[in-house]
Formats: sequence, structure tokens, C-alpha cells
Amino acid sequence: MSPAAFLAMSDQLQQLGNPSSLHTHGRATRKTLEDAREVIAQKIDCLASEVIFTASGTEANNIALKGLFWNGKKQGKNVVVISSIEHHAILDPAQWLKNHEGAEVIEVPVTSDGVVDLQFLGQLVSDRGSEIAVISIMHSNNETGVLQPLEDIVLIAGDIPVHTDAVQSFTKTPLSYKKSGVTALTLSAHKVGGPLGIGALILRRAFEIPALLHGGGQEREIRSGTLNAPSIVAFATAVKDSYDAQRVLGLRDSFISGVKGLIPDAYINGENSARLPGIVNVTFPGTQSDTLLLLLDSAHVSASTGSACSAGVHEASHVLLSMGHTEETAQSSLRFSFGAISTQADVDFVLSVLPDVISRGRAAHK
Amino acid sequence: MKLIAAMSGGVDSAVAAARAVEAGHEVIGVHLALAANPQKYRSGARGCCTIEDSHDARRAADVIGIPFYIWDMAEEFHDGVVEDFLAEYAAGRTPNPCLRCNEKIKFAAVLDRARAMGFDGVVTGHYARTQVSETGKTLHRAVDHSKDQSYVLSVLTVEQIEGAIFPLGDTTKVDIRLEAEKRGLAVAQKPDSHDICFVPSGDNAGWLRDRLGSEVGPIVDQDGIKIGEHKGAYTYTIGQRKGLGLTVPTADGSPRFVLKIEPVSNTVVVGAREDLAITTMRGERAVWCGPAVTDQVQQGFVQIRAHGAALPCTYYFDGTLLTATLEEPLLGLATGQAMVIYDGDRVVGSATISETE
Repeated sequence: MSPAAFLAMSDQLQQLGNPSSLHTHGRATRKTLEDAREVIAQKIDCLASEVIFTASGTEANNIALKGLFWNGKKQGKNVVVISSIEHHAILDPAQWLKNHEGAEVIEVPVTSDGVVDLQFLGQLVSDRGSEIAVISIMHSNNETGVLQPLEDIVLIAGDIPVHTDAVQSFTKTPLSYKKSGVTALTLSAHKVGGPLGIGALILRRAFEIPALLHGGGQEREIRSGTLNAPSIVAFATAVKDSYDAQRVLGLRDSFISGVKGLIPDAYINGENSARLPGIVNVTFPGTQSDTLLLLLDSAHVSASTGSACSAGVHEASHVLLSMGHTEETAQSSLRFSFGAISTQADVDFVLSVLPDVISRGRAAHK
Repeated sequence: MKLIAAMSGGVDSAVAAARAVEAGHEVIGVHLALAANPQKYRSGARGCCTIEDSHDARRAADVIGIPFYIWDMAEEFHDGVVEDFLAEYAAGRTPNPCLRCNEKIKFAAVLDRARAMGFDGVVTGHYARTQVSETGKTLHRAVDHSKDQSYVLSVLTVEQIEGAIFPLGDTTKVDIRLEAEKRGLAVAQKPDSHDICFVPSGDNAGWLRDRLGSEVGPIVDQDGIKIGEHKGAYTYTIGQRKGLGLTVPTADGSPRFVLKIEPVSNTVVVGAREDLAITTMRGERAVWCGPAVTDQVQQGFVQIRAHGAALPCTYYFDGTLLTATLEEPLLGLATGQAMVIYDGDRVVGSATISETE
């Protein structure tokens, strides 16, 4: 968490007053909270009234996907379009809509470079546009960092509401809600140096969708629940932190060239695509990523595998499988992330332990 | 040493890991995911393999303060243990899957992987001891004979025993629970597991019926005369008396016991109690846990069930079969079980029983 956000949160935790109360303390909290809302609105380029605070990015995704589907369903539209590389916070609500609401879910495939297939989407919209309730395609992928062509997607969608999960992109790459033309957009605080447990759905002004949580109606009656003022204030503070994308990009590229020099058969997933500066996804043939993760962790390096199922068993990444990987190569891939405080010394350290980790990892899976 | 602690989510493996840490080793906890589609919650007397158990293991590792990972061994477990279990039953034998799991998973797949990754061995919560002797590391019974698990470890080779660490062998189960309590491990009072971990219902016969079918066949006496019908030969065990459903009584009213299962003709042979008696057993697939057994006849003990008695015997190995001859006849011995030879409390080796007489 960013030091400034931590201080702001500690301060706010000591302030009395529910922002929905009308007394002096309540009004003071409300003022601070609305200041924070404006900061976030300004950063994402939307109206303050378009920011709906939620308890997570997952919640924001659920409100958007389900709400936009139910809106469409009232007009006889039963199709939900997502990409095959969405986060589980979109994949699973889509699956839920299919199982419980009878939705037809169509996944747009991606190219081997990890970009959604616009031709497929174009054909789909021209064939069945009148049946589509919502299109939800992420702004950038959390495993590969590959940026998705949102402007083109919105253009193809025409009148169909578009939602984008921009959790991974926010503050890391230029992103304007207003210019993007999407109806709804998801943000999360902990990805930008804010606290865990706070997110936001940006939803067009005066656009109504059904609520998932009912109660006090605090956030435009789309989201109920006492507003989490300390976390919201910390979220806004973190957003103000500067992020030197060029510097992070330099670290990433230095890492990539180091990896290629040390492990000649390793390759970067999505390398030909425009990507976020801080994420790199590498396949190390002949290894298994959970073994590499253990060995790297022992060497004090934290990397990530795609995802784990409920039992904690590492699974082949659906993102890499969509990009044409086999189960085996998908299971041989790791994601490395670089943040605003990462240094060249960090990169050099990872590169210094990598050859031994890879050779042990290969021996363990002969 | 650098060690992998196999953590099932039970009290034993948790204390074993904690003791290994305390002994000064660098320990990493690993939970083996053995079921392809694990159940969410534990049920009955099974102590592993559910998601709840993997959470218990993780929590124990966190309390002990060691890294924790989950290794997916579901495919290896299915191929090496579950398929073997089914094939053995289909062939009319009575297998012990825990032995296979130790042989093929815990001290093979896991130990091999650990060694390749630069670890020296695997810690488990088995009740057994090892000792270092002139001939190398040897395997011995646990101090707590009621919990002794040396029987199911008797499939380990000398090389596997070399990489096996059993920190609980010198303590009773009661004391392990007390120790877990003191260490703040929430699994201190978790029930022991008894059933076969991959049979969620605990109903082995039903589980086998679902997978092997339930072809009705004859129950015959030793003269081959049909005296009843069974619902799948493999759901019977040698020596079984109850549940035969026989309608033709014996002349003197004495009970009948299962003597033999013949999978090819799908026949169950029954007879009198005394016909169950055997004095000699022979086993294939012999494994030595220390110096190899030769064709020279030795005095020792043989154990044929996980918690059975050690029976005085003589034994020798002819290069193919391990033969043990008992001092006293034994009633009801199923092929497919392991015959484990002991020299005092030391495990000499084991073989899978293929013939009895």
C-alpha cells in the first residue's frame, strides 16, 4: 500500500461519522468522501456522480454484467458476450447467468498474441446484434498485460452496452472513461496502491441497472451498504501517486532481454502486442510453474501462476490456452510483475537466481 | 537438511512438520491433492483429500511458520493407486491401497520431485522409526504399537528409506495430540482417519460395484455344488462369514466361510472354518527395507494386516518368491495383501501374497 494512502486511511479511521448521517460529524466525513470521489472521477475522466463505490472489483463486475444483462433481458435480449481471457470475476458471473438466468454466453476468442478477435466480434454483432444484452471485454489482461482494442470494440458494439474490467490498467496506461464510450467500467483500489476491499463501478450518469445488494441505497440505489470512508479516502490518495510508466517499462524490457539471454528457449506471451508496462508472462518449456514458484519463493522472489482451483491445485491458465497454448506449455508459464517501487537491482537479483531455478525445475519434471 | 513435509491436514503430519522445523531443518509444507474432483467437506472417518483438509494443512503450516504449497498428484494417484486397487479386486485379490500410495506417491513421485528440486528428503506423520546402522538406514516399528504404521511403509526400498523422515515414531498418539494442542494447532482433536480416502461414502463394496459392475454368480461349496448366489465376487473377502445369504445349511449347522474367489468364473467358494487354515504363504514383488533376504532360511515374524499380530515364522527368498512358514496355522488369508517380515521391531521387507497353502 502506498505510504500516503496508509496515512490517509489511518487518519480517516479515527474520524467519527457515517457519511450518510446528517449531523456535523457525518457531514465532515461526507465532505472528505466526496472529495475522494472527485479525485477518482478526475483520474478516470468521468463525472463524480458516475462513481459507484463497491467492496471489490469483483462486486463491480458482478453488478455490471448481471445488471446490464437483466436490462437487456427486459427487451428480449438474452446473449452475453465476453472474451475468452476475462478474469474469473467476469467468467464466473457469466456462467452464473447461463446456469440460473438462461443466458446464452458467447466467448470472443483471442489471437495467438492475446488480442480479442475483432473480426469474430464484428461478425457476431452483425449477425446477432439485436439479441446481445451486454458485451464485456477487459481493458488489459491481468496475466499477459496485453491491451485490448477497446475503441474498436465500442465502435463495433454500436448501441449495445459495453462494460470493461479496467482493474489492471487504471493509472498504468492512458485511460479515459469519457473517451472510451463504454457504459460501465470496473476499478479496484489495491491494484493502484490503495487498500484491499474497495473498488468502484463507473456507470454512465442516469443509466439505471438493477441492484444486487438492497438496503440503504447509498450509491445511486444501485449499491447499498454503509460507505467505507477510510478505504475510499485511501483509494483516492493512492490514485494521486505518480506512476512512472517509462521507468517500469525499462525494467520490464531489461528483464525480458535478461531472460532470453539466460534461458534461450523461454518466450514471452503476447510479445507482439501493446502491453502494460508492469507485467510479463514467460513460458519456460519443460518446467511446471508451481515448482518454479516454490523454488523462486525459496529464493525470495514472488511470481505468480495463472490461477488455482478451489482446492488450491494449479491449473493451466485459460488465458494462455485461449492463445493457443497446450496444457503443458500453459502449465510452464509464470507471470512477473514490476511496480512503481521496483528497481534494476530487483531485476538483476531475479535474473541471478533464475538459471538455477529453471534447471532444478526441469529436473523435477523429467 | 532441506525437507518437504507432506501435510494431509491431519494432526500427525502437522506435528511431524513442526518437529522437523524444531530439529533445525529447513522445511516446506506440501499438501498432496490426490482427488481429481475433491469433495468440499470431510465426512466420516477420512482424514484427507477434501478441500477442508487442504485448508487445515495450510493453516497448520502457517501456524508452524513454514511455506506451504499444494502439489497436484491426482493423476499419479489415480493411475498408481486407484486403478491398482480396482485391478486387484477384479483379479480376486484384496489390495491395501495405503501401501501402494507410500510406494508410488509419497516416497516415489514426491520424493523424486523433492530431490530433483534440491531437497534432501520427505517428512511424514507416519508412526514408524528409522535407525542408522552399519548397513545404512533401517526401518522399525513405532514405539506406540497400536498406531504403528511400519506395515504400510514396508514397500520402501533402502534408497527411499534414506530420504524418509518420521519424527513421530518415538511418541504415542495421545502425546501427539497433547503436543499439537500446546503448539496451537487447531487439528489437535481432529478425528483419526480409518477408511479408504478415495471412497467418500466409506462403502467399499458399493464403490467397487459401481466401477466393476455387479455380475451375479454362483457361491459353491468345495465340491463345486452351487448353494447360493453372490452380487459381484470381488465384494467378498477371504474368511468372510457374514452377508453370504446362503439358504442351504450345512449338515451340522456350522457356519461357512469364504475360502476362495475365482474372478474368471465369477465364483465364490465357501467351506468350513478349518478349511481356511494355512501355514505357508508365498509373495511376489518383494522389496527389502535393509539387507536383502537370501535363500537361507531365517527365523522371524510375519505380519499380514496393517494392525495384525506379528506371527512367528521361518522365511527365505528363492529369487522370485518370498516364502514364510508359520509355526501355528492361520485362518483366512487373502491373496493381494502384503506379507511383511520383521526381525524384532525391524522391518526386513515385504511381498504381495500370491499363494497360500
